[in-house]
Amino acid sequence: MSGILASMIDGLLVGSVYGLAAMGLSLIWGVMDVINLTHGSMIALGMFGLYELFIHIHTNAYFLLIPVIAGGFVLGIVVYWISVHWVVGRSQLMSLLSTFAVNMMVIGIGTAIWSTSPYNVNFSLEGISVGKYTFTGNHIAAATSAVVIALALELFLYRTRPGKAIRAIADNREAAELMGISSVAVLTIAFGIGIALAISSGALVSTLFPFTILSGATYQMKSFVVTVLAGLGKPFGALVAGVLLGLLEGAVTPFIAVSWIPLIEFGLFVVVLIAFPKGIFVRASA
Amino acid sequence: MTMRRPLFWLILITAGVFAYLPLRGNNISLREDLILVAVAIILASNLNLMIGYTGYVNFGHIVFYGLGGYVGLYLATVRNWNLVVAALAAGLAVSLFAFLLGLAILRLRGAYFALATIGVLVAVQAFVSNFDPWGRSTGLYVEFTSYESLGGPVRALWITYFLVIGLMALSMILSLSIKISKFGLGLFAIREDEDAALVLGVNTTMYKSIVFSVSAFLPAVAGALMFFKNGMIDPSIAFEFMLSLEGIVMLMLGGQGTVVGAALGPGLYERLRAYLLTSPKLSNFHLVIAGGLLLLVVLFAPGGLIGWLYRLVPRSSEVME
Repeated sequence: MSGILASMIDGLLVGSVYGLAAMGLSLIWGVMDVINLTHGSMIALGMFGLYELFIHIHTNAYFLLIPVIAGGFVLGIVVYWISVHWVVGRSQLMSLLSTFAVNMMVIGIGTAIWSTSPYNVNFSLEGISVGKYTFTGNHIAAATSAVVIALALELFLYRTRPGKAIRAIADNREAAELMGISSVAVLTIAFGIGIALAISSGALVSTLFPFTILSGATYQMKSFVVTVLAGLGKPFGALVAGVLLGLLEGAVTPFIAVSWIPLIEFGLFVVVLIAFPKGIFVRASA
Repeated sequence: MTMRRPLFWLILITAGVFAYLPLRGNNISLREDLILVAVAIILASNLNLMIGYTGYVNFGHIVFYGLGGYVGLYLATVRNWNLVVAALAAGLAVSLFAFLLGLAILRLRGAYFALATIGVLVAVQAFVSNFDPWGRSTGLYVEFTSYESLGGPVRALWITYFLVIGLMALSMILSLSIKISKFGLGLFAIREDEDAALVLGVNTTMYKSIVFSVSAFLPAVAGALMFFKNGMIDPSIAFEFMLSLEGIVMLMLGGQGTVVGAALGPGLYERLRAYLLTSPKLSNFHLVIAGGLLLLVVLFAPGGLIGWLYRLVPRSSEVME
């Protein structure tokens, strides 16, 4: 019994990283109604970004998050102007395909540089032992970082003018424009933040598990599940839903093989979308 | 009605040329090139029924091809069924699977459906990798003796080639006949405005489920034939995500929503890919170039090659449906 509990606590810690990734997806989806299919490749870039920094600068891997996040923001702005700006407001088919095209290009370049063999960031913090179970320091540090980043985003969205502008555009783009908010600038910033979140979650994952350039796809799927669990455009809800998904994974892994997890996640995704189209935090009738 | 269209005869002539060319001089390498083009056309044409006609992006279209391969190979080798019967049975089984799946996930609109199809791909791959009768992650192999019933391996390869060419022609004829039918009009109505279609009396859920299952049939049959020809199948080659994506690139390149575009795009793309893969400098970047191509088409020419041709020669739309 305590084994399951330990596995669930571990799942909770990892789940907060899933939540962070999903926040990025959810923010972009909510603000500009674009489903960002570059998400998976950006998570993968976060992993390799931290890896490359870490092999050159030997320091606490979690300090390196800061340059990785900054790089992610800049990259997000570049991706926005390459592929997203021209399709915002056009049919969703177009934005799906254009972000998808960038995804293919990033994966292609990544495969050329790093091939598809596994890498890992060779860094570990001392863990905490409770009885016969040990929670590794990396899991705790990653979860803490994820929560700190999520809180920072929450503060930014609710307490600063640019953050409020992002929420205004998400609520009603035309009304916000009439109030003098430049929607292009806001969309650019929102996309940059969304990508920075995806990249930071990738960087955190790289300190927990081995990864390849294709690993992003797994976490992208988890982000979709988490986003629909939380309901669209609710970044902080996404963090909570991510933790829930992590708990669920932690609770089932002692009983079934890990390779079945995608099937469970997919089932959850479809059931939630059909039964709770607005997310589990809202009553279906509301 | 379909037979009155000039395109119908054009399709038959193309298929005839495809069948004849490698026969002349027993050109095996040409046959192998053409069979890949034919499979690409089968996949893109059927994907077109979803993306181009109905406006629903299916990122997991390759699932039908892979599942068809598995069911077909299982029936043909483990159960010793005749290849053609096994392939048809695979097509029917996968269509039924698609229909039932469609009833569930086609309640999701637009982008949500697209996300669900990514999930279908991952989930089916996870399922097959854990499924004992299908050999888990090692997959299934074709015993050499299985080719005997078709008169030996050499003849078997030619037979599968002609069958695949036949499927290619069937795919295009299917696209054409759906396009000019009332069913096709219903699908176009769903693509333009699903709510309006519903109000006008189109049974949208049923239409979408039917077209989803129809789009599964020929790719599944083709999968059964191709994996039988290749002699083996495993989860990573059967559900190769890349192939699913390339299907979308090919379709967009040719022109989504058109019968000819869904055949022209794969033809061109396969030539390009053959060139990229053999060129030592570019072989690592074929994904990058495919992605770049898709981006250019989406941003600058959403109608693809055929859309561009329509603008250039407006009258061409009467022949190039």
